[in-house]
Parts: sequence; C-alpha cells; structure tokens
Amino acid sequence: MPKEVQRVKLSWWEKLYIPTFLNGFKVTLGHFFSFKKSKVYEEKNKDNKFKTTLNYPEELWTVPEGFRGAPYLVSDQEGATKCVSCQLCEFVCPPKAIRITPPGEDGEAAQREGAEKMPEDFEINMLRCIFCGFCEEVCPEQAIYLAKDYYEGYDEKLMNRDYAMTGTNREEMIFHKDKLLKRGGTHHDQIKKWEKKTREAKAQDTFPIDLPDKSKKN
Amino acid sequence: MAGEIKTEKPPAVETITVKVDGKEIDVPKLTPNWQNNLVPTTVLQACEHAGIEIPHYCYHPKLPVAGNCRMCLVHVGMPGRPGPDGKPPMNEDGSLKIDPMVLPYERSTPKGVIGCATDLIPGMEIYASSPETKEMREAVLESLLINHPLDCTICDQAGECKLQEYSVEHGQSESQFAEYKVHKPKAVDLGPRIMLDAERCVLCTRCIRFSKDIANDDALGIVNRGSYNTIATFLDTPFDNNYTLNTADICPVGALTSKDFRFQMRVWFLKETKSLCTDCGTGCNTVIGSRENTMYRYEPRENDAVNGPWMCDSGRLNYKWIGSENRLSQVQGASGWATAITEISGKLEEAAPRSVAIIGGARQTNEELYLLKRLAEKFEAITDSVPRTGKGDRLLSHTDKNPNSTGSRLIGITDERPGSRIADIVAGIEDGTIKTLIVFGDDVTKAGISETLLDKLELLVVSDILPNNTTSKAHYLLPGCAHAEKRGTFTNIKGRVQKFMKALEAPGDARPEWEFLHELIENTTGQNGFSTIEGLFNQMANEVEAFKAKNLTWSALGDTGVTVEI
Repeated sequence: MPKEVQRVKLSWWEKLYIPTFLNGFKVTLGHFFSFKKSKVYEEKNKDNKFKTTLNYPEELWTVPEGFRGAPYLVSDQEGATKCVSCQLCEFVCPPKAIRITPPGEDGEAAQREGAEKMPEDFEINMLRCIFCGFCEEVCPEQAIYLAKDYYEGYDEKLMNRDYAMTGTNREEMIFHKDKLLKRGGTHHDQIKKWEKKTREAKAQDTFPIDLPDKSKKN
Repeated sequence: MAGEIKTEKPPAVETITVKVDGKEIDVPKLTPNWQNNLVPTTVLQACEHAGIEIPHYCYHPKLPVAGNCRMCLVHVGMPGRPGPDGKPPMNEDGSLKIDPMVLPYERSTPKGVIGCATDLIPGMEIYASSPETKEMREAVLESLLINHPLDCTICDQAGECKLQEYSVEHGQSESQFAEYKVHKPKAVDLGPRIMLDAERCVLCTRCIRFSKDIANDDALGIVNRGSYNTIATFLDTPFDNNYTLNTADICPVGALTSKDFRFQMRVWFLKETKSLCTDCGTGCNTVIGSRENTMYRYEPRENDAVNGPWMCDSGRLNYKWIGSENRLSQVQGASGWATAITEISGKLEEAAPRSVAIIGGARQTNEELYLLKRLAEKFEAITDSVPRTGKGDRLLSHTDKNPNSTGSRLIGITDERPGSRIADIVAGIEDGTIKTLIVFGDDVTKAGISETLLDKLELLVVSDILPNNTTSKAHYLLPGCAHAEKRGTFTNIKGRVQKFMKALEAPGDARPEWEFLHELIENTTGQNGFSTIEGLFNQMANEVEAFKAKNLTWSALGDTGVTVEI
C-alpha cells in the first residue's frame, strides 16, 4: 500500500506568500552584509573581512582537499606512454566517458620495449566524466591518474586549471590522447615492469646466464 | 509437430553407479570419444553428469586425451582388492568398502587421479569438492603459473582465458616461487594467421593434437627440454593449413592468438550473436563477435551435425566485406523505398506472363527465395541461381561456395543443376521475349548475361550488397543486407535448415530483402503475407514439400537446425 502523505494545512497568513518572499530577501541581505567567514574562503578573506565573494578568474579558488581532479594519462621518466590499451578503464567507467581505439595488428609499436602495444587513440569525454576515479583504481599499468593540481605546462594566464575545465563546444571537451598525455605529465615509475622483464629475458639469452641480483630492489 | 511430446523411450544404456561428492549418480558406462567410438566413461565426464565442473586444460571432448596438464586431478575412493574368496572387502552392513586413495609409501597423504583419463569403476567415490582435491588443484595451478608471465594487460586471451578463470576459482593468491621466470620467445610468427607467445603456453598440446588428428597436418611439435619446452613448427616451415585458427580457439591460454584479431578489441566488449558462415555450402555454425555495429570476429559454434566445434580459416576471415565502405546503402532509380517499391510494382503489374525472368542468388535466405518463387509464379517466370564453385577439402570446406544452393533447389528456384536455365534467359532476352529481369544477390554478367544484353532489358531490378557489373546497369537498385544484419535461414549442402540472428544494423537505407520483397509481392499479387520472419518461415514450411515433411517451424529449428530430406 502506498503511504499517504499528510499535507500541511497553510494558514491564511502563509497563503499570502509575501512574508515568505520577505524571509528569502532577509537571508540574501544577511549574507550580503555578512561578517561571517566561510571556511572555504578563509584564506582569501584574510585581508577583507567583509568579502564573501571571489573576483574570479583573477582570484583563484582554493580547491578543497577531497577534490580528486580529472583523469589524465601519464608518461614514464623516459617520456613513453604507459598505457597499454588493456581497456579496463573503458570497461569500468560508469558513465562510459572513456573510449580507447586499440592499435590493431599493425598499429604503432609501444614506446616501451616489451609492452607490445599502446592505444592508437584514447578519448575521455570530460562532459560525461563524473571524476569518480575508478579508472585510476583499475589501471594495472598505473597509466591514468586523476590530477587536481598543476600539471606540466600549466599556464596561470590561460586558467586551464582542473576545476575550470572549459571549452566552447562539445568536441573540444572530448580530450584525445595527445592532450591527455600533455596534461598528465610524468609519473615517476618505480617498478618499470616491462623494462625489468625485458632485461631478465635478455639476460637469459646470454651464456653464462647473467641474472640481475634479485636481493636488490631495483 | 512442435510441442508434441515424444513418447518413445531412448534405447536403454548400460549405466554405472558412482558417488560424486557423496551423491549417488547413474552415468552411462560408455561415452563417445573424439572419433565417436564408445569408450569407458571417465571421472571427469561423470562429474559433468553430476553438474560439477572439473577444471582442465589439455582435455577437449573432440580431441584425443593426453592427460598432461594435471589440472583435473581429483581425489577418489576405490573399492578394495578382492580377497582370497574372490570378493572385495565389505563393510559390516554388507555394502562395498570404499577406501580413499592414498600414496602407497605415505599412507597419510591423499593420492589424486587425473579425471580426464581415469575410467569409472562401479562403486567409485569421487570427492570433487573435497579439501584434498582443492589442495591438489591449487598446487597444480601454482606450478603452471611458475613461468607464466603477467601479461594479461596486453594479452588478447584475457577475458576468455582458462588460466585467469581457474586462478580466480581454484588458485592461491600468492606464488611461493621466488626465482626468475624462464623467458621464452614472444610474438613468434608461426604462420600467416597465427601468432605464438611461447612464454604463455602451458604445454597442453591441444594445438598439436588438433593439427595432427583433426586437420591432418602434423605441423606442430614441442622442442627443447624441461622448462624450455616450446611449441614450434618443423624447421620454421609456416603453419598454414586451412584450419590453423582453430588452434587459437582451443588454446586455453593466450599462447596461440589470431593475427586477424590481434589487438583489435578486448573480448569482454564483444556482443555474441548466433550466426552461420556463408563461405560455402557446409554452413558452419558461428558466433559473431561485434561491438557497436562493427564486426570483429567469427568463432565456431558447436554443432555436431554440421561442423563440430571447428571451422575453416577462409570462412572465418570471410567477414570483412560486411563492414566495407563500398556497401550499397542508397536506393537508386527512385527517391526512396516507398517510391521505388510503388514504381516497380506498377511496372510489374503491366508485365505480360513469361516476359519476366528472376535470378535469385543462392546467397539469399530460404525465405527470400521463397518470396521470389511466389513472384515468379505470378509471371510464370524462368528462375535460376548463379552457381559458384571453388576449392573444397575433406574436412569442412565444400566445393559449392553458395551457402544456400540446397534451399534454392528445394524451393524451386533452380533445378538439379543450378545455372542450367540461364541459357534460356539469355535466349529470351536476345529475342526480346524477356523484357524484365529481377536479380537478387548475384552478378549475372559473370554467368553469361553480358552487359549489352542487360542494356536490351526494359526493366532491370537489382538487389545486392556490394557493387558489381550488374548493379551498375540496374534501373532500380535496392540495397540489401548481409546475413549478419538480418534474420533468416539457410539450407546447407546436406539439407540442414539452420537459422541465423541479427548482429549488426544495416548501413544507410539498406533493408532486409525479405522485408521489401514482402511489400512488392503484396503490391503485385495482392496476397498479404507475413511481415515477421517467424510467420514467413512457418508459411514457407507449409508450402515447400521438403520442409513440410519435417513439420518445420521457426521455433522448432532451435540453435542447431533440423535436417530435411533432399
């Protein structure tokens, strides 16, 4: 049985609605002359106690701690694309914002030796993206990260900060591989698994077998 | 009739009673092996009957048993040896005494047997889910994973890999192996269609057995010793028979992969649609793997009446034309479908009897050929198909390269020899008695009706998928659908009527031929037919003698089809 919701009966004074409007104006005016500082603007308001608004975009907002940022592709120290086009992020992405074009049989060889493949194209539709971070979590190659702060090549004047991601049309908001890699910057890979594997394999081709010392951690 | 309850009992089969996980079950004493000979039922098959899956790599129901991967180890209990009185040891209550198997030199350790190669013994107990069995599986899997690389991210098999599946189901999360993995050659070019990654191989020898025993090309073998065991071809001769891609299918890991599908798409994105191969008259059952209107691969679908679990390479790679850029996608000769159908029907209504000829290609479905036949009856038209022949072999590939020659004959589009009436059509066009030609899915210029002859026609209606010499001469060109874009049935060379499903959307304005043929027939003959493929098939099955004899219905066809008398 659906539950019946009892409606509140309004008095004639409430039915006028004018007092309600006045109440609303009171809140707005209260804020307008407010001396209170919200936590978010604390730092910005240090010099001007009365100010509650921001002169955006000349003044920038301090992004709160919990903001994850937007997903970008990263390169390793040698500048090679880390993504191997396994398409797990594409699979896990809840709003289906990611679209990877696999290289196919005769695609461009991977920039890292041993990794065999890398995506021909990697698209993230930033209008669809919900910035949940599943792609970062699922990535077995640590090739995609949500970056919230400055990335390499950040231009203060261009205002290309993550929370101010702008574009003039939908096409512009679909970021392709080059743009994602440029924004993602470098990730200092500690493990370098493909390089390690190739090194091991090469060592086994030689005689006597000359294996790297495994007791040393990289 | 469909839905009729079968009253006759299946012939009595000799059974054996065994216990699987404590539950008694009767299983047949004998089971057909890969050559269809009856051999004793194995422990693995008994568990299958009981609904319990025993993990395995090297065992394949359609290949000889090798018993080398050890993955199907199970702990079993056997009746004891007969004593001096000739009777096996009994329990106090008089039942057979069953002892769990143990190592002879260490009686506290349970001993496993490989399920794929151990025959059943009456009274045997199979502990398929016991802790002992689980421990055995974990140990075997750990040993198989010792040298297996962590390649899943770049491996095409990921998602349909038995090693992945069993690792999740039966594996330990950590390996105790602390040494370096043995590295073997990667991305080895085995042949024109197969790529080998030796590191990933678990040496189950399925590919070797398939090539030797099924494809009759003893091309593969294992070289080197110990952990350097590698699958290889003899002295680098290419592995290039017409069945090589089946080895990529049966490879339980990502060692053998198809070059055609290499790095194309991850398998978990593929939508699977039951379909048929159209490369020859055999009509192998297939599964189309497609994603968002792009077809990525064919895989064979098991049907023991037709192709078993195999299909040939030429058939498997014969799908690129479906997504071709050249596909006909616009109605030509009229502004759109509605006007084209009205104009053609108008012109056909004026046509005199015997002035029309119809070429219904044997690449069209049974339903379409049936509709064409009905159209032909109205005009007493000569009908025929263009025969296409090519190289065949003893296994699956047939010399008749049309997928529906039998259907075309049964429905009456052709006589015993397809193409024998084309000479009459040529003569008819030459002396001017045939003024209208309707061509579906064939290039008639290759069959003797030259382009100059086509110019003499008053009306040439052509429906096809790809452009050819005939379509360029058409007065009305109606773009049709590939089999992957519509539903329908084919009758294979042995008379098996099989249906296929729709996997893709047709490009542009292209429509399934049976849809607009149905409209055309309604306009010209005034007969109102079924506008669904199910109804159309059932109607056809009622009228075509061979189909009627078997009481065919769309639903009774099932996934694997029904064989009719040819």
